Amino acid sequence: MAAGSDTRPVTLMYFAWVREKVGVAREEIALPASVATVADLIGWLSARGPHYANAFAKPDIIRAAINQVHVKATASLASAREVAFFPPVTGG
Amino acid sequence: MTVRVQTEPFDVSAGIAAITMGRTDIGAIVTFTGTVRGEAHGKLLASMELEHYPGMTEAELVRVEAQAHTRWSLQDTLIIHRVGMLMPGEGIVLVVVASPHRHAAFEAASFLMDYLKTRAPFWKKETALDGSGGWVDARESDDAALARWNLPHS
Repeated sequence: MAAGSDTRPVTLMYFAWVREKVGVAREEIALPASVATVADLIGWLSARGPHYANAFAKPDIIRAAINQVHVKATASLASAREVAFFPPVTGG
Repeated sequence: MTVRVQTEPFDVSAGIAAITMGRTDIGAIVTFTGTVRGEAHGKLLASMELEHYPGMTEAELVRVEAQAHTRWSLQDTLIIHRVGMLMPGEGIVLVVVASPHRHAAFEAASFLMDYLKTRAPFWKKETALDGSGGWVDARESDDAALARWNLPHS
């Protein structure tokens, strides 16, 4: 995917079963300007292939972070350099 | 305030010493240790693997600690969380809280654990002795435990 003037580079990170389903732990993407929110990005990724569609089949249970801070699905990607997707956390 | 994410086991006494050494102004020290249970879903556990989000994990634990220090008068806090492969009986997490009086230390330790369990990016994967297993599901009771602290939504 070539990065044009209407895209910008963003690092995506995946953890736990989201990582296993997507098949990679991290990747660099050229984010289209039309993908404005976390929910938009989940939709955009889901259209990339069956691995992504499977990982994001239940978007309500996917958690996200932008630049290593928890965010909601409605959050804007305007300042995003790194976006992470993962299941609800189970530490402690 | 100290947070550590490590693969090595931790020592509770060393954790206490780390935040009390040379001080005489502390009146109460509360520690919490979380350990790996040897059984899950009626099966004996072989091991538990902890994955985390390097960078965000430390940042989130620092935010957790900072929240506690804004709510209670605390002299110091220490959070150690392990990652990697853990065996039944081993320690997963250590929280140490030092304050002038016991109530603040008890409450802050409880708060730190509730907050950490719902916010810090760790994920547990269990493997049973029979080879079955998988990712541990988050508990709704953990969200309820956090809700009682009336945190602002973020």
